Formats: sequence, structure tokens, C-alpha cells
Amino acid sequence: MAARYDAVVIGAGMSGLAASIRLAQFDRRVLLLERHSLWGGLNSFYKRAGRRIDTGLHALTNYAPKGSRGAPLTKLLRQLRIAWEDLELGEQTFSEIVFPSARLEFRNGFRGLPESVAAAFPAEADGFARLVRAIGDLDPYHAGEPRESGRTFLGRFLRDPLLVEMLLHPILHYGSAREEDIDGYQLVILFRSIFQEGLARPEGGIRRLLDLLVGRFRELGGELRMRTGVRELLVDGGAAHGVLLDDGSEIEAERVFSSAGFVETMRLAGREPGAGDVGTLSFLESISILDRPLASLGHAATMTFFSTRDRFEYRRPEDLVDVRSGVICASDNYASSSPPSEGILRVTVLANHDRWCALGEDDYRAAKVRCAGAALDAASRFAPDPRPHTVLHDVATPRTIRRYTGKLGGAVYGSPTKRRGGESGIERLHLVGTDEGLLGVVGALLSGITVANREGLMVGDRS
Amino acid sequence: MNREEIENAVKDIIQTVAPDEDLSNLRPDLKLREQIELDSMDFLDIVMELRKRHGVHVPEADYKELATLDGCVAYLTPLLAKAGAKVAAR
Repeated sequence: MAARYDAVVIGAGMSGLAASIRLAQFDRRVLLLERHSLWGGLNSFYKRAGRRIDTGLHALTNYAPKGSRGAPLTKLLRQLRIAWEDLELGEQTFSEIVFPSARLEFRNGFRGLPESVAAAFPAEADGFARLVRAIGDLDPYHAGEPRESGRTFLGRFLRDPLLVEMLLHPILHYGSAREEDIDGYQLVILFRSIFQEGLARPEGGIRRLLDLLVGRFRELGGELRMRTGVRELLVDGGAAHGVLLDDGSEIEAERVFSSAGFVETMRLAGREPGAGDVGTLSFLESISILDRPLASLGHAATMTFFSTRDRFEYRRPEDLVDVRSGVICASDNYASSSPPSEGILRVTVLANHDRWCALGEDDYRAAKVRCAGAALDAASRFAPDPRPHTVLHDVATPRTIRRYTGKLGGAVYGSPTKRRGGESGIERLHLVGTDEGLLGVVGALLSGITVANREGLMVGDRS
Repeated sequence: MNREEIENAVKDIIQTVAPDEDLSNLRPDLKLREQIELDSMDFLDIVMELRKRHGVHVPEADYKELATLDGCVAYLTPLLAKAGAKVAAR
């Protein structure tokens, strides 16, 4: 007889782990399945030459001091019963947005940005203040406000297109699944998360957070199976009732929560989604480990959002990569209890998944070297060139992302159409994570929590 | 359970759900949410803990009865008596 669970959760990334913890906390029998040998999904880690390297993680957004009332970070730590101190968050120094004609700077707790906008765009100071007030009044999480696109929303307050571009740069790069724009409610969430709350990094990187989450799930009696892929979702009469694993065994469950993504989940259920549902935005990331901290090379910023042109493009490039804009992350410029002996410089640029996947092995390896070199050339106009000091270099391409996360199109931010509430169109099957519409590490955790609360815990109470 | 025991049971649960809140000066007649930071997610946890620890089932429509400590005592007294009887009969 097949094993029976209250819930099967697909994917041990942030949202899957959070959903699993919530369900296990209240005595649901939960099975969490992960295809890979490491948990974390898009925010994982790997070992290379004795070092632990984070994938994806530039920053934990939504930094909030301990006990901050109403902050998303406070809420999710409470829900998962993890102590704020255990994250050992190190705050950013400051971050910058650098375009040819202007530069903006921001620090945690919304320090720096208003002053920096007023200095670089004096005519926009009033508009910016009105924008900040409007953002404070909206309810993006529950009401999905504003309904208009992010660009249209910003345009109602700001007249200078350069300022709009500059504010959009970190926001689009940290979470838009749409080309050149972002849903309005996501813009508001990310504006708060990045600019008003801020950026931090758990001591030692993402591993610390993952250990806390996995430890919590196991302590609650949850079952985590690694190297266990789902081949098919079992759906009967429009309702999900379990999963078929790669090894051919079936698992029955009252409910299935999937963090695989909307399109990916539909395929598991044997349904072919529309072509426009697959995300188009993917990235190449160059990771350099330096023999000295970046501060010793005179680089103090934590994040640098750069563009070599005043109109920056956020779309799938025609070529393998588009190095005209990107994100530089100096991971060792987060505060840390142990002063860094090495530097970690990440450079991330937009990349075209289909072109990367069409390359043969030799061409692929050559393209990795060439494109990472081009990204470093571009970034070296805004941060020290890491190459003379590099002890270890690695490159992740859209193909890497696809292989390790299963995201079609290597689309780290998922489908351009989000399904708030986790609605999948199939009963007893719920989406969590990126395609539920909340982004970043904190967003993904909140997504897992809220969907599990509503669909896994409160359902019994409604009847 | 008597009044004091129920109040303490509810406070124990709130302390678990919101460990960073100070509950020593809670007034029983005032709304909990006006005295400490509790959002709807925390409230769900209180209800879930009541079920887990005391076998009491609070339907969503009755959440409003738990707004104050006094309300909790009034609402939970008969339910806890029933749940206690069930446990005793086992």
C-alpha cells in the first residue's frame, strides 16, 4: 500500500521549507521532497576548493532590527519560531546605483536614499517624498496594490526618466519576471524590502539560514527526502491526491504544495501551459574569490547596481549576455563577527537561456570564459578588477540554473504571470514560492508560510 | 480549569507564538492586539496551539471571541470542560 501523508511538499527551497515547517508545527504529517543532494533551491551553496560558495544570494533583503514591529522579517521568524539572533545578520555598508549621468546611494533603514535623490535630482525631491508616502499607504500583500505596472506607478510621481530608471534597476534585478517592468504590488514590496528596510547577510552565508530551517523541520518530526525527484503529479477528477516519484513509487497525500514553479508544476500534472508562461529572464554570474578583502582594494560598497547607459535594458539579450548593465556584490562588505581574510566579488548580468543551452560542450566552456571576462571588464569600471587577486573563479550560466533548480528557461524569477494565493487551477494542489508572487529569500519564506496557513492549516476550520 | 488557569494557558501560548512580547502587564479587559503586537498570522497560531495543547477547536467565525483575555476565558471555559472530560474518559 502507498504511504499516505497530510501533505507532500515539492522542493526544499525557501518556500518549500517554510511551508513544511508550518504544517509540521501543527502535527500534519509532511513529506518534503528534494531532487538534489542539497537543499535551498535557488538559494543554495556548494563546496569548491575547501570554500563554501553561496548560489544566488547577494543579500537578504528586508533587514529589520530585532523586534521591529510589523516587519516581514519579524513576522516570518515568529511563524517559523526561529530566534532573530540565530540568523546572525551582518548589515551592508551601503549600496550604490551608478549610471553615466548620476549616482545614488542607500543604507539600511532608508538612510541615504532620500538625501541622495535630493542631491542628484533636486527637481524631483517633492515627487519622491510623495512617492514614499504613497508606498507607505498601500497594501501590496493582501490587496495587491497598486494594480498598475511599476513603471506607470513611478511615473505618477517622478518626471525625470533617469531617476525612474535608476530606482527600477535594483528592483527589477532583484525580482522582476517581466521584461522592462514589474507588477505594481511587487515594486512596492521590493521598494520597501531593498530601500526602506535594507540588505544583510547571515554570518557564513545562506547555509546558516538553511541549517536553521532544516533543523527546525526535523525537530518537528518532518520527513525530508533528498535526491528524490517527482516524475508526475497524481490528479484525479481535477484534484491532486499524490505524486509519482522518479523511482516509480507512489505517494498519496491529502494536499500537494509545489515550489517547482507554475509551468513546471503544470507539466508534472500533464498539462501544457501557454508559451508566454515561461519566464524569459535569466542570468550569468561570475564569482571571484580574492586573496584579500575588497575593502583593502578601496571598494567599500556592498552592492553596486551599474549601467553603462542612462537607459538601462532589462530584457532577454539577443546575445549570450548583455554586459551593459548588471549587479556587483562584494559579499565581504557585509558586517561580520570575524573580519574577512578573503574577498568575494560577484558580478551578475542578464543572459539568454536558449542560446546557452544550444551550445555544444566545447563552445559552452569557451563561452563561459569569454562572457565572464566581458562581465568583469564591464564591472571593473565600477569596482576593482578582481582578476589580479583571484584565487578561485567560477561561473554560473542559465544552464547551471536550469540544471540545479529545474526552472524552465533558467528563469530565476519564474513566470511573468503570478498566481497570488497559490492557485494552481487544480484542487488540493497549491503553488508556493516565486510564482506565487513574493520574491527574494524573505518573500519566498513568507509565501510558503501564508499558503500553508491558508490551505493546510485553516481549511479544517472553515468547514 | 478555573479562570486563572485558563488565563495562564492562553498567556503561555501567546508567549510561545510571540516570544519577544512582554505579557506581565496585560489587562484582561482590553484587546490583546491593542496591548501587544499580534497580527492575523499570530492569531492563527494561538488557535492552532489551543487545539494542539488542549484539544479545543475554534472555528474561524469565532476568532473574534478571543480578542481579550476576558473573552478567551468566557469562550474557552465550557470548551475546556468538554475537552477535559474527553481526556478523562480515555
